[in-house]
Amino acid sequence: MIYVLYFITYGFLLTVAIGLLTSWIDRKVTARVQYRVGPPILQPLIDIIKLLGKETLIPKGASKSTFLMAPVVGFASAILVSTILWVNNITSAHTYLGDLVVVIYLLTIPSISIIMGGFASRNPLASLGASREMKLILSYELPFVLAVLVPVIKSGFSLRLATILGYQLQNGAVATGLSGVLALIVAIFCIQAKLGLVPFDIPEAETEIVSGPLVEYSGPGLALYKLMKNMLLFILPFFLIIIFMGGLHFDAISIVKYVGLVALVTVIRNTNPRVRIDQAVRFFWGPMTFLAALAVALALTGR
Amino acid sequence: MSLKLKALLKSPWVFHLSTGSCNNCDIEILDCLTPRFDIERFGMLLAGSIKHADVLLVTGSCNRQSVIRLKRLYEQMPKPCLVVAVGECSLSRGMFIHSYNCPLPLDKIIPVDVYIPGCPPKPEAIIAGVVKLIEKVKKDKLSEKTKKAK
Ligand code: SF4
Repeated sequence: MIYVLYFITYGFLLTVAIGLLTSWIDRKVTARVQYRVGPPILQPLIDIIKLLGKETLIPKGASKSTFLMAPVVGFASAILVSTILWVNNITSAHTYLGDLVVVIYLLTIPSISIIMGGFASRNPLASLGASREMKLILSYELPFVLAVLVPVIKSGFSLRLATILGYQLQNGAVATGLSGVLALIVAIFCIQAKLGLVPFDIPEAETEIVSGPLVEYSGPGLALYKLMKNMLLFILPFFLIIIFMGGLHFDAISIVKYVGLVALVTVIRNTNPRVRIDQAVRFFWGPMTFLAALAVALALTGR
Repeated sequence: MSLKLKALLKSPWVFHLSTGSCNNCDIEILDCLTPRFDIERFGMLLAGSIKHADVLLVTGSCNRQSVIRLKRLYEQMPKPCLVVAVGECSLSRGMFIHSYNCPLPLDKIIPVDVYIPGCPPKPEAIIAGVVKLIEKVKKDKLSEKTKKAK
């Protein structure tokens, strides 16, 4: 019963609200970097409402049920993962062993839903975008899991988020140690790719393949995808804060932590050009995996 | 006015279609996105895909080749949607009025909501045109309501 409450209030309402606000911060900072004024604060919400009111078009020859189901799958997993994170952040009473693994799996499903939607829409550009997204997942998953391994090792090989949080409460945040800092850097690059932001917006690549897997989506389907992306803009930094920086606590320091992380992601996005897919794969399997492995080794020796 | 339409006017995503323009109008449209004019203030974005768009911005005179594509794009646009004609060419075919290749102006092919004259129109004129478009939609809705009340 308590989970249903968390699901509706924290998992859905609060996450959506913070996600939309973060999306506004992202657009506003981008605009200010380019010496523009930028959109008003309610703009992301208005976009979603507008998209919900538009017609749904299903392309000829598309797999209809998959095409319509894909955004719902991604959206549902985003709500679920944010619920699990909030429960862990607020109380350790209702958590269970192994939720870290569940969270890592659920964080992949939004990308998989985009791949499903792209392939189901029977559009060459969408298929191209979906195949790029697939390669991107293969490239960033390895360093991301290695980076997540560092807090696990630090907290005495615990796969439970609540234990990791408890460890950080007593011994200070994971990101204060050398291994923690290295892992955090790797993880920030990985969430950049997970969010599909420049330099790793290769699947969407507005200027070359229109908008990639989402090219055939209109109306409510597109609204769900946009909402999912906005929620991920909150969920992924939140996840990093939980495992590396000791959780969010509704106080000034937590807000600084969160806004700082989001601003960092936005600045990386605004100061870099898009890389090619082979460059991205090389980047993640080369330097990033090496750094992550180094961080794991350092963590094992207790640094 | 319904919430749907209100939201549409607050965040019109624009799809930019050139049906054979001289490229000058297109450059003026891109000007609107630059720091000096910044139409993202009003929630406008350039959409890459016609399926995401709410406003179809047409530049250039419609020739026999592009008319087929124009009609197809208009049909693919999710409704409710609006059409804006930018530049002399799409309004009245401009200097191509006697051309064998441009038999019809744009508004004889698809319904046009607002006309922005000029060759090319200034970015200010384009923004003023969009403001007119928004006012027109609002007024249309109001007059419909008063008609119903009568
Ligand atoms: S209206 Fe003038 S500037 Fe615009 S496309 Fe036609 S000729 Fe070019």
